Amino acid sequence: MRMKKLRELFQRFEPDKKEHPLLHTLYDGLFTFFFVPNTVTTQGAHIRDKVDLKRVMVTVVLALTLCYIFGIWNIGHQHFLAIGQYTGLFEGLHLKFAFGLAKILPIFIVTHLVGLGIEFYYAAKRGHSIEEGFLVTGALIPLIMPPDIPLWILAVGVAFALILGKEAFGGTGMNVWNIALLTRVFIFFSYPAVISGDEVWVAGLEAAKPGAAAQYGWIETHLFNPLFELLGLSTFPDSATVVDTFSGATPLSLAFTGGWDAVTARFSPAELWFGAIPGSVGEVSKPLILAGMAILLITGVASWRIIAGGILGAAITAWLLNLWGATPMMQIPWYYHFYLGSALFAITFMATDPVTASTTPMGKWIYGLLIGFFGIIVRVINPAYPEGWMLAILFMNTFAPLIDHIVIEMKIKRRLSRAKV
Amino acid sequence: MKRVLFSAFFFYSSALYAQSVEEVLPQFHALIAGLTVLFLIFYIGVPQYALYRARGWVGNRKRRYSRPTRILPVRLPDYARGKKVHILRQGHDIVLSGEPQNKLIDRTVRHYAIQPTNFRGIFPIPKLTVQIGDRVKAGDVLYYQRYQPKIQHVSPVSGEIVAINRGRKRSIIEVVIAADEQTEYKPLHPPDWKNSSREELVEFLLQCGAWPLFNQRPYDIIPPINAVPRDIFISTFSTAPLAPDYNMIVNGHGEAFQMGLNVLSRLTSGKVHLGLNANGIFPPAKEYTEASGVEKHWFYGIHPTGNVGVQIHHIAPIRSGDVVWTLTVQQVIQLGKIWTEQKWVADRVIAIAGAGAEETGYVRTKVGANIGELIGEPREKTRYISGDVLSGETKAPHQFLNWQHEMVSCIPEGDYFEPFGWLVPSRVAPSRSRTLANFVFPNKVFDGDTNTHGEKRAFVMSDDYDGLLPMDIPLYHLMKAILVNDYDKMEQLGIKELSEEDVALAEWRCTSKQPLQQILRRGLEMWREQEM
Repeated sequence: MRMKKLRELFQRFEPDKKEHPLLHTLYDGLFTFFFVPNTVTTQGAHIRDKVDLKRVMVTVVLALTLCYIFGIWNIGHQHFLAIGQYTGLFEGLHLKFAFGLAKILPIFIVTHLVGLGIEFYYAAKRGHSIEEGFLVTGALIPLIMPPDIPLWILAVGVAFALILGKEAFGGTGMNVWNIALLTRVFIFFSYPAVISGDEVWVAGLEAAKPGAAAQYGWIETHLFNPLFELLGLSTFPDSATVVDTFSGATPLSLAFTGGWDAVTARFSPAELWFGAIPGSVGEVSKPLILAGMAILLITGVASWRIIAGGILGAAITAWLLNLWGATPMMQIPWYYHFYLGSALFAITFMATDPVTASTTPMGKWIYGLLIGFFGIIVRVINPAYPEGWMLAILFMNTFAPLIDHIVIEMKIKRRLSRAKV
Repeated sequence: MKRVLFSAFFFYSSALYAQSVEEVLPQFHALIAGLTVLFLIFYIGVPQYALYRARGWVGNRKRRYSRPTRILPVRLPDYARGKKVHILRQGHDIVLSGEPQNKLIDRTVRHYAIQPTNFRGIFPIPKLTVQIGDRVKAGDVLYYQRYQPKIQHVSPVSGEIVAINRGRKRSIIEVVIAADEQTEYKPLHPPDWKNSSREELVEFLLQCGAWPLFNQRPYDIIPPINAVPRDIFISTFSTAPLAPDYNMIVNGHGEAFQMGLNVLSRLTSGKVHLGLNANGIFPPAKEYTEASGVEKHWFYGIHPTGNVGVQIHHIAPIRSGDVVWTLTVQQVIQLGKIWTEQKWVADRVIAIAGAGAEETGYVRTKVGANIGELIGEPREKTRYISGDVLSGETKAPHQFLNWQHEMVSCIPEGDYFEPFGWLVPSRVAPSRSRTLANFVFPNKVFDGDTNTHGEKRAFVMSDDYDGLLPMDIPLYHLMKAILVNDYDKMEQLGIKELSEEDVALAEWRCTSKQPLQQILRRGLEMWREQEM
């Protein structure tokens, strides 16, 4: 009953569709977020499956939650490791979370403001309701950015990816490339300094070298500090400098220079697995990614063929490179490749995007295997790029229609040969 | 319990004093695994289970048949052992409440209609031979096709023409007849089915108005009069939700059924194929299993195995240029009765089913019966469907049963709002998606309603239709080929093997709520225009 009153209140504010198309789209998007509308079937099947795109998309977002929580903590943890304070895992928890939040919330908000703004604009222009595609894209983008990314660069990247990568092709369901990765690749090639190298993965430092000062923004000093004081907790330090032993190098860049020995000299395999390492927000903790993978596989939202293909392809390629073993990077045991960088994250959440992936069951296997293959090849052999998954997936996105074409042609041949018998 | 809690407490608190990450890992893993399981339970399981409890739907339906898995070997019922059985492992079983009870309901239907709109390809407007107020006998011509004057449609009952309802552009949509208490039949004089030539038989069938009984695949149209079908296919079971029991339908009409098959065998250049169900608790009726002069094929599977299109695909697929005919069991009986009873007996046993039905069961009536008179007292907020819930047609109580349909499905209208229905479902509905708990409770019974449960979206999920059509046809790609008007590709992908009912299950499943049946029909019509 209460819900009915709420709904009626809501519906009183419905703007006119003809006069204010943008406002109406906004209203419609919000209304259908709160209420599944009362539309009934008109022709064709009279009953419809309970599931809709919103539920499918929100499943992916929920599968990412743990990565978010851990990522937020890890931003703070990496920062405090750099300045040599609260180095224990459980020390200064509130500071680490507060610091992480202060970094990731602006990214999250800017991504959604820009992204949803563009989505709403185009939806209104086309006269249809807002589609849920951005729900997942918007959740993925903050997870693949360095925490200190300048927000204007992020906004430009998101706008570029959405307008040229998605809306130009016709909106959700029509895009050729994964939007989150397109955002990242745009920033990667346009502003390489903010997203690659050893300096960008630890946040809140003046510069990523020993002796540099730690920097805190207005949120930390004027919002969190008084709050923590009030609660009697420790606060962000007034001045702190980066410790002498600090290095912002990610495990991957260590691996590239010195192989597995260089990695283990700084991080134990358990640390790599656990995820208290510098890196993109979402990619660091492997158990959490596996948990997300389990959720996606059990709910059937992600294609198991792509995930299995990706992991298999990466493992086989890495194993073959082990046999070759010409550089220190090639000698990294194949199974440790999954401990490094964003291999698991990319295969689980990026490669399985149903719109940009292959659409035939057989094609999905090929698509997954090749992503695994190219990801490892770029990572190990190409010195220009520290990590291969973004490029591998975008590359395979481009070829997914071709794979489908070949698979479908094979199917047609089989059908024809059967018809002749 | 206490010990478990204590040890859990020690297990986790020891992590706080860990010196390195290695020592935390077991706790971390346990925590993550626990959180994942909890998430799945609360996201998928709990809301749904609570709803099942609240609605008293915890009880499972009695299984009428078994569900084949993708890999495990199937256990055939006794009567099908040792036979060559087509095992179809794909499909889905939508369990709806209100299955037709095994009894006859007494309903007096006084109004019948023949609806030109039930037949594809007879537009523009057929030529009427009757007018309002005329009296007709069962078997008298009502109208004929303008471009194929030999194809006539006849009255199923005797009585008075009370209305000729017209639709857009003065097309005729219904010729309504108020039936007499006692049906008067126009006597027919069928030629000897064994010894007369095919031409004689065809001539007679056209004359007596039996031609519209035949349905031509591809396109689902009345066949042109000079067409010789490669084969004729009859499915003797239906697997659609709430489908009638075909053993009940054939009961007592064995002789007419056999006669119908005899006549059909004269009309085709090939064979008459009978699809038999190898997945029921009861064996198919003797009338089916002991039919002579036909090829019998056993099928084991769930919906859409009973669709004749699926069976054709596995018996002898429609190749480019092929033409086959299909009939329903009742149409075969009707055809047979022309010979056995020498009159036009358009009797039908119609199943009344669904959660919205006053009483479920079977009604003995005739083709084109009035829906309102069939269902009894019409209810508020109920949708009446001629045909099954997946591919039938919505009908108001004053409208009439379609020519080819054998059931009336009654389901609740779903014009309700559901707060956060996509996140925390507060109502249940059948689903095949594993984001809902339905897959854990496969035998749950649902009322089913007409809510779309979400809005129409672009195609996103490419594996939605996988495993819903037991044919070698990639539906997702076929649909896209139709949408971009790619004639060659849609033909190569097998559009001509399909009919709306075959893709209906995939349409039900579609996450993006795409109208697959409509899209398919568009493609079929495009091809039909090409071939005309």
